[in-house]
Amino acid sequence: MTSASDAPEQGFRLSQLIYDTRYRSLTIQVVTFILVMAGAAWLVDNTIQNLNQLGKDFNFGFLSNRAGYDIGQQLIPYTNDNTHARALLVGLLNTLWVSILGCAAATVLGIFVGVLRLSHNWLVARLMTFYVEMFRNIPVLLWILVCLALLTEITPSPNAYKINPETGESAVSMLLFDSIALTNRYTAIPAIEFSNSLGAIDTAFAPISLNFLLIAVVLIVSIWANRRLQAHAHKVQDDTGVRPVTWWKSLLILFGPLLVVLVALGFHLVSPTLKGFNFTGGVNVSNAFVALWLGLTLYTAAFIAEIVRAGIMAISKGQTEASFALGLRPNRTMKLVILPQALRVIIPPLISQYLNLTKNSSLAIAVGYMDLRGTLGGITLNQTGRELEAILLMMLIYLAISLTISGLMNIYNKSVKLKER
Amino acid sequence: MSTSQTAAFVRKDMLPPKDPPTSQAGLVKWLRENLFASWLNTVLTLASLFVIYLLVTHFYPWFRHSVWNANSIAECRTAIAATWGEGATGACWAMLRERWHQFIFGFYPPELYWRPIAVFLGLLLAVAPVLFTQLPRQMLLFSLTYPLLAIWLLWGGSAWPVIMIAAGFGIGYLALRILGDISAILAVVVAIVAPVLFWLFAVGPLDEVLTKVIPLAIEPVASDRFGGFLLAITIGAGGIALSLPLGIILALGRQSNMFLIKSFSVMFIEFIRGVPLITLLFVASLLLNYFLPPGTNFDIILRVMILVTMFAAAYIAEVIRGGLAALPRGQYEAADALGLDYWKAQRLIILPQALKISIPGIVSTFIGMFKDTTLVTFVGLFDPLKGIPDFIRADFNWKGIYWEPFVFVGAIFFILNFSMSRYAMYLERKLKRDHR
Repeated sequence: MTSASDAPEQGFRLSQLIYDTRYRSLTIQVVTFILVMAGAAWLVDNTIQNLNQLGKDFNFGFLSNRAGYDIGQQLIPYTNDNTHARALLVGLLNTLWVSILGCAAATVLGIFVGVLRLSHNWLVARLMTFYVEMFRNIPVLLWILVCLALLTEITPSPNAYKINPETGESAVSMLLFDSIALTNRYTAIPAIEFSNSLGAIDTAFAPISLNFLLIAVVLIVSIWANRRLQAHAHKVQDDTGVRPVTWWKSLLILFGPLLVVLVALGFHLVSPTLKGFNFTGGVNVSNAFVALWLGLTLYTAAFIAEIVRAGIMAISKGQTEASFALGLRPNRTMKLVILPQALRVIIPPLISQYLNLTKNSSLAIAVGYMDLRGTLGGITLNQTGRELEAILLMMLIYLAISLTISGLMNIYNKSVKLKER
Repeated sequence: MSTSQTAAFVRKDMLPPKDPPTSQAGLVKWLRENLFASWLNTVLTLASLFVIYLLVTHFYPWFRHSVWNANSIAECRTAIAATWGEGATGACWAMLRERWHQFIFGFYPPELYWRPIAVFLGLLLAVAPVLFTQLPRQMLLFSLTYPLLAIWLLWGGSAWPVIMIAAGFGIGYLALRILGDISAILAVVVAIVAPVLFWLFAVGPLDEVLTKVIPLAIEPVASDRFGGFLLAITIGAGGIALSLPLGIILALGRQSNMFLIKSFSVMFIEFIRGVPLITLLFVASLLLNYFLPPGTNFDIILRVMILVTMFAAAYIAEVIRGGLAALPRGQYEAADALGLDYWKAQRLIILPQALKISIPGIVSTFIGMFKDTTLVTFVGLFDPLKGIPDFIRADFNWKGIYWEPFVFVGAIFFILNFSMSRYAMYLERKLKRDHR
């Protein structure tokens, strides 16, 4: 008879820290931790020594000092008497503004190009391939500079739009029914105005236009009401098997209240007109902004096009055939079968493209658009001489933006993700 | 009915097949199927033709009116006006004829051009065995020594420091070989510590002595003489070579079960990926002096390369993590079942498969990094896209020359990046093992 013997009881030996897999990971982690902390301490110590040597300290007090410089493009009121912190905020909003507009435009263009690249039309598919390869393989900096050069070198000066009294015609004419004027300094576009304006609330941060607030509220309520309508239609369909006709109700709910509000506020567009040497009445968007936005959009759209194409191609043909076999029409197939699956493939890389665009917006430095890098990391840094604080703060802000975008998009991604059981 | 009665008509010979109707064959069929299949397709085709027409009418005359022999943009314009009439526009390639060397070499001394050229040819030779497995494996030895050789040739100066660095690696390798049989862990520790000690303490005195005995030196070239594609390729190739191993380590760290290793890796990767490259370049140019011991001031290209490497490594780590995550759990379990330790399992089973899956991502990261080398212009280096053209435009003769540099530099970037992406597709096809 043999009895199962226990493993030999032994005390803990030091060599187990290295040879025993149960303890080895602990050893490695402790060693790594010590090394990383030592490295960090070394860097901090060096920094303190260097700062002492230069007679500098590490504080962010400079943010509350007077900035003393002007910013060409501003979304919130700002004068050179404001603080550096306010300048930072203006720059941050400019960064966000160009990023949001860029993401929106790049998505639209990217989807368009991506779908067209899958077209059966030989010529269109080739043309779109050409576009994608051109923009993907050449640095975005070149495209931004090209856009700027196009806008400043090719377009006429505002003067050229002056109407010659003898012929009654100007040297160049405005685009889109006389509403947009491209000039070598800015692009003049129509402004939105309300004849029965509600005014604005003045907050310390920025004046909030009541008109836009009202429109936003109405839109949100309309969308909410429309979803209720759809939910009701679903319920009726589940109960009776017949789906009530909703499309005209949807249209009415979505656009009816909006139209009423717009008419009541006296919404209209004011086209820019040439007064003296400059366009007035509309909004003059600086070429720096347009060039940056256009460059980023064209570049990122090429990547998004590839993502969209890959997403659509990832859905096997069997899915389409199966849904046809079930008797679904092509548009229902797209909406109910293909898109929900393709979106799952498309969303994660799309998020990283949005992040890339936001980070690439720091190339504003090439065209002189005053974004976060231009204010905090540019003039503020140079004026106050606080490289360490300014650059660290700038990196933290960019990090916060990136993490927020990826966080938000991950939430959305979760909602479209395949629910595995 | 008699059987002798013959059928009215029975054909004895086969008819030759008839040609398909003209609308179903040849060019017409192709056109109908590919360009004019439906009214929407027709509209798209016409729109595309219009776009192509616009592109050609805008760019073709400009290329056709090219001028190659002139000394200034004004001369170019006069020549174009004289040949093609007033108001005609044309490319002034004479600028390239005069300044091409600055686009390629920056301000590298002209009499030393053979050095970057040798380095570039060496790069092709060093990269070839890595890219194409058909080539003899002995060539990899050259690939290993190449980086140090390239550094010495590009920056010049005494050869001894470079030889010392190589000697450090040699010491590490020897330690690994000799002590490897006795104790693996001791061998690894010695292989890391011995070269570091050697570099820290032995290199200085040894270098002094050796330089006195055999002054093995070529003319030094300072970093501010670098520019153009020489700079872009130096930073790009250096970054690529260094970021891949670092990226693999980071990816493994992020997948690790050890909490601290994982957190450090995640923090590093997310921090780097969360900030724009420009801010990191500013760190290289402005802040690195704060972080290093007082009085340290080392080369700006090296500083930029370190930050670019870190930047690319974080992205590569994410790409490889995707590859690691895509491997079925069974592969890890099978490696464990075979009794392989962690590094053996990674080296023999996990990484070869994970890297194969990640190839397209890795190459597009490299392409992105190579494109991003143009951003070094913002820390005062002369990149080929903005630094060099701005310098050329500062010359009165070439003031206002915009499109020619864009076209030239863009074309070179396109060729390099496009071939990289094609190589990735080739590799993907070659490594594909499944038969679906």
